[in-house]
Amino acid sequence: MLTPEEIEAIKNEFPRYEQKRGAGVEALKIVQRRRGWVSDESLAAVAEWVEMTPDELDGVATFYNHIFRKPVGRHVILLCSSVTCWVMGYENVYRFLQTRLGIDFGETSPDGRFTLLPHACLGCCDHAPAMMIDDDLHVDLDPETIDHILAGYEYIWNDR
Amino acid sequence: MPFTLKEYEAHGGYTAARSAVGRTAPEKITAMVKDAHLRGRGGAGFPTGQKWSFVPMGAEAPRPKYLVINADEMEPATFKDRLLLEGNPHQLIEGALLAAYAVQADIAYIFLRRTYTVPARRLNAAIAEAYAAHYLGRNILGSDFSLELYLHVSAGRYICGEETALLNALEGRRPTPRAKPPFPPVVGLWGKPTIANNVETISNVPHILNHGADWFRRLSRTANGGTKLYAVSGRVKRPGVWELPIGATIREIFEEHAGGMQNGYRFRGLIPGGGSTDFLIAEHLDVPMDYDTVQKAGSRMGTGTMLILDDRTCPVGLVLNLMRFFAQESCGWCTPCREGLPWTAKVLAAIEAGQGRAGDLERLEQHTRLLSMGHTYCALAPGAMEPLQSALKYFKEDFKRHIDERRCPWR
Repeated sequence: MLTPEEIEAIKNEFPRYEQKRGAGVEALKIVQRRRGWVSDESLAAVAEWVEMTPDELDGVATFYNHIFRKPVGRHVILLCSSVTCWVMGYENVYRFLQTRLGIDFGETSPDGRFTLLPHACLGCCDHAPAMMIDDDLHVDLDPETIDHILAGYEYIWNDR
Repeated sequence: MPFTLKEYEAHGGYTAARSAVGRTAPEKITAMVKDAHLRGRGGAGFPTGQKWSFVPMGAEAPRPKYLVINADEMEPATFKDRLLLEGNPHQLIEGALLAAYAVQADIAYIFLRRTYTVPARRLNAAIAEAYAAHYLGRNILGSDFSLELYLHVSAGRYICGEETALLNALEGRRPTPRAKPPFPPVVGLWGKPTIANNVETISNVPHILNHGADWFRRLSRTANGGTKLYAVSGRVKRPGVWELPIGATIREIFEEHAGGMQNGYRFRGLIPGGGSTDFLIAEHLDVPMDYDTVQKAGSRMGTGTMLILDDRTCPVGLVLNLMRFFAQESCGWCTPCREGLPWTAKVLAAIEAGQGRAGDLERLEQHTRLLSMGHTYCALAPGAMEPLQSALKYFKEDFKRHIDERRCPWR
């Protein structure tokens, strides 16, 4: 049930590792890039290609913060909840996002646009508080700038 | 934007690679790095040259041998490697080439954290340039030495920064740590000799080769050679990262470079080297930021990135935030960490919410003794105990006030 493109991309990873299982993480990301999340069916399909049992691969998939084993919104907000961001005003940003999106951590906005997740230190502590939306880093956050940032994602669709 | 390969070369880049690869004996390079007194810049501070010397050499050595660059920077309050990755990817590649040549590694990986998307793009571009210029691949610079360098982007978990968990991650396994011994330089990735080094550590190597071990030692103010990327975050006037001689004092970094506290905030303490280091206080401001001196003062230099505790931030809340991080990031393998960290977080949360009970502080102190090296499978839980044990030591009154007043005095 994987597309030819996904299979091709996964096979391209194999030469980089001693065994196919080494490509497991990237294979999961390849599938997730296209589908937004990794379903049981996708996981089983990937497991076959990387020559792991599905439960072994699931043990890997569920370990990582960035592999989603449930559907997520079109965009995933990762709000840094680590110590420097916490010192520098994370709580205000969190409350603002909760109100603005009407959701809490682990939930997706009713329009399906955003999933909100807490995240470990994003490594830009001199510009805290910070968050990522998909692959984009947003720093020096305050409630006033967040609306503007979110608006930038209102009309962008992941290519799925 | 980082240097292109041509710009990097114009600034002297790849000079060390050109003069060493295929021309200098690999063991000589290891000896030079040893002589330079370079110690690991990722947090543990192990002497780099010594680590390299553990790798079996010669025709009988197991192959392929591996070099892994640990670019999984996720230690709370740490943000120095990202600058090196974004700002000078070729410096890292050249360092990796030299390190791989020194231990005669065949394959190198840069293990990069998932959220460092800008570094990923820049590294991919730089790696492609390096291959095209024959600094990577087969018969590098016309020598017998070949090296494949791959960028491996992780999928997000703090424990992957632990050397042996990283190896499991690269093998496509659930990335829990491994028991040591055996040690990775002898039995590492896929059971083969593997050197894992931090980004900042490796970035120093071309300069050591270009200017010599003496020069590198003399850059520092202490017995440990070189410069360090130091950082400050928190309520200071100028949070940031600076490259300074090893041994610059905490005061120098905090006051001269970070500008001291923001108006309206007072200094109460700091954690000097990332979230898993012990608090230091005002009496320690003149301690040089060096591995040995900070250890003598009761903490660790760790990553060298300092977080300042100000007087308007609750120390209990700060430690609670750290404990929740460590509890969340625990791999779950060993009981003391898996059970102990959430329990300490729960007790701290109760204290912070004004629901602390008699005996809570003793329970916390007991955990700082139980979750120590030798009782846990790796250093994550012992690291988590460092900010807690030192907060209990230096800010005990604040904990007591929460319990006695049944509220957080900072809210």
